[in-house]
Amino acid sequence: MQNRILKQIKRAQKQGGKLFCAFVTLGYPSLPFTEKLIEKIARAGADMIELGFPFSDPLADGPTIQFSSEAALRRGVQFKDAFALVKRLRRKGCEIPIIFFGYLNPIYHYGIERFSAKIKEAGFDGLIVPDLLPEEEKPLSRACRLQGLYQIYLVAPTTETKRVRLIARKSQGFVYYVSLRGVTGARKALADDIRKNLSRIRPLIKKPILIGFGISSPEHAKALGALSDGIIVGSAIVEKIRKSGGRAEPVAGFVKQMARALKGKV
Amino acid sequence: MKTLPDRAGHFGIYGGRYVPETLVKALEELTRSYKLLKKDRKFQEELRAYLEDYAGRPTPVYEAKNLTRHFGRARIFLKREDLCHTGAHKINNTLAQGLLAKKLGKRRIVAETGAGQHGVASATAACVFGLECVVYMGEEDIERQALNVYKMKLLGAEVIPVHSGSRTLKDATNEAIRDWVANVETTHYLLGSVVGPHPYPAMVRDFQSIIGKETKSFFLKNWKRLPDYLIACVGGGSNSIGFFYPFLKERKVKLVGIEAAGQGLNTKRHAASLTKGSAGILHGMKSYLLQNRDGQVEPAHSISAGLDYPSVGPEHSYLKDSGRVKYETVTDREALEGFKLLTELEGIMPALEPSHALGFLKRWIRKTKRNEIVALCLSGRGDKDIPAVRKAFEKGISGSDPGKRKRNREKV
Repeated sequence: MQNRILKQIKRAQKQGGKLFCAFVTLGYPSLPFTEKLIEKIARAGADMIELGFPFSDPLADGPTIQFSSEAALRRGVQFKDAFALVKRLRRKGCEIPIIFFGYLNPIYHYGIERFSAKIKEAGFDGLIVPDLLPEEEKPLSRACRLQGLYQIYLVAPTTETKRVRLIARKSQGFVYYVSLRGVTGARKALADDIRKNLSRIRPLIKKPILIGFGISSPEHAKALGALSDGIIVGSAIVEKIRKSGGRAEPVAGFVKQMARALKGKV
Repeated sequence: MKTLPDRAGHFGIYGGRYVPETLVKALEELTRSYKLLKKDRKFQEELRAYLEDYAGRPTPVYEAKNLTRHFGRARIFLKREDLCHTGAHKINNTLAQGLLAKKLGKRRIVAETGAGQHGVASATAACVFGLECVVYMGEEDIERQALNVYKMKLLGAEVIPVHSGSRTLKDATNEAIRDWVANVETTHYLLGSVVGPHPYPAMVRDFQSIIGKETKSFFLKNWKRLPDYLIACVGGGSNSIGFFYPFLKERKVKLVGIEAAGQGLNTKRHAASLTKGSAGILHGMKSYLLQNRDGQVEPAHSISAGLDYPSVGPEHSYLKDSGRVKYETVTDREALEGFKLLTELEGIMPALEPSHALGFLKRWIRKTKRNEIVALCLSGRGDKDIPAVRKAFEKGISGSDPGKRKRNREKV
């Protein structure tokens, strides 16, 4: 079976559309909520889901995702919950590409081969590990290749040309461009050098580029849609979850608004 | 033995670089510059001058005759890092990295601190080199180490309390890294121990290895032989690696690192990552780590804020696996006994960190012979810990109140 991420990218390319990737923290505020939310945002215009697995020390993340991770961990969220949740979604016919987002230590501790086999079996399509560079932990990339899981790497504004090429080669499906110097978290304004940086890296990367970090409003989404192949929104969605009082509808509404802005429908 | 780490910063399976992509450029830059400056005679000369004229190096090696007599076994020598300016070995590293930051053209340094010793040493170096200094410190540590917090402020540093996670050193380190990610082009991360992503574990080791070099030349010059044992406490592991490193190839010298067993290895409240942990990834490195069955990091505990860290430098992990260094543990209670013993017998108040190494002597030294030599790294002085020690003794944690002890005249 073709990887769902690739399928989605091809579909978007054919239609000339942009990709909207929504990040949610697993088990925040609860596992049933996460499950319901993914189904709703898949219908609200999200093209991909990044399912964030909580870690005790998320050093690439700002206060919003830190807070949601701590809350999820207090509820005792484990890998088996992630596997079961995605398995259920797939059984219900939910076919949106789902990317596992998580820090390396829990994966390493669980066992790299065992982990990659389990997430594949559950129905995940790819993997983003924010504290893993392409140079380290080669067994994980081998295991992912073997399982047909896409491993997606990040390019930062500070990444030098030679490395951009390396990462473009190693990253599968698309390349995740970090819009700013700093941790995740909604920002009022976009970094002022995004346009300049993108024009530097664009010729070096043949794969689609999705931009993430700091994107919080439909205006941001619209502006970045013009510069890239899509966006990843995390903290702004998690913040909406926090404020939604356990209801998925307002969150799905926000996703819809963002996706429409990105795709030039507003 | 080949030199470690390898080019990518690995000590066997440990070490390496596990960081967000944003930091790669800065780490590469740092690795390159450090490699150049290591061979740059002008830099080395400048650093030597600061270490000697400012920090007070070389520090003495003192034969603790009363302590030796007390145990009646091997002769005990203390490497007096407690006599360094700012009261601990931390200044060796902060002066070196401060000078390096200046050469790199950085105007701002960020640092993490647990006990506050590295924070004070960083703020001090920032004064010397005219750098802006921001120190991240866990809320809980800010309460425990009020004196050092005030010292940092007097030195012009900004101390930022960290409310996340366990609110101690681990979380202060996360926050310092987050700050660095956001300000990487103007800021140098002045990491205080032999932990973190490459090149920090190797670079900080090199800067601290002056401790071992001086110890080695002291013994060769005055005793025409090397000690039989070196003992040092291990938190992140910078004083111990600095002490051990020049002796690694001296196979006859036995090396012992002492971890904090906190309230006991069978409780959850300890910091013995090498003894009770397993390989894991935290703060940019792979090393032994205290973690639960899901691979979430467990909070550490020690009476000494400086040892209160759930991981350890990757080179220690390598040295443990290779068997070159033996790692033992000492509880809060034993450390307090060690503190008391040195204070009463030698008139030296040790910091609670090296008090762990002292606490180990009581249990172990009877295995040594009278003609053997033990060198112990007294990594810092105890001023910062007096409130904690007082609280513990008043609660009756370790034996009798030191004031009520009968003085043994013949030892004085």
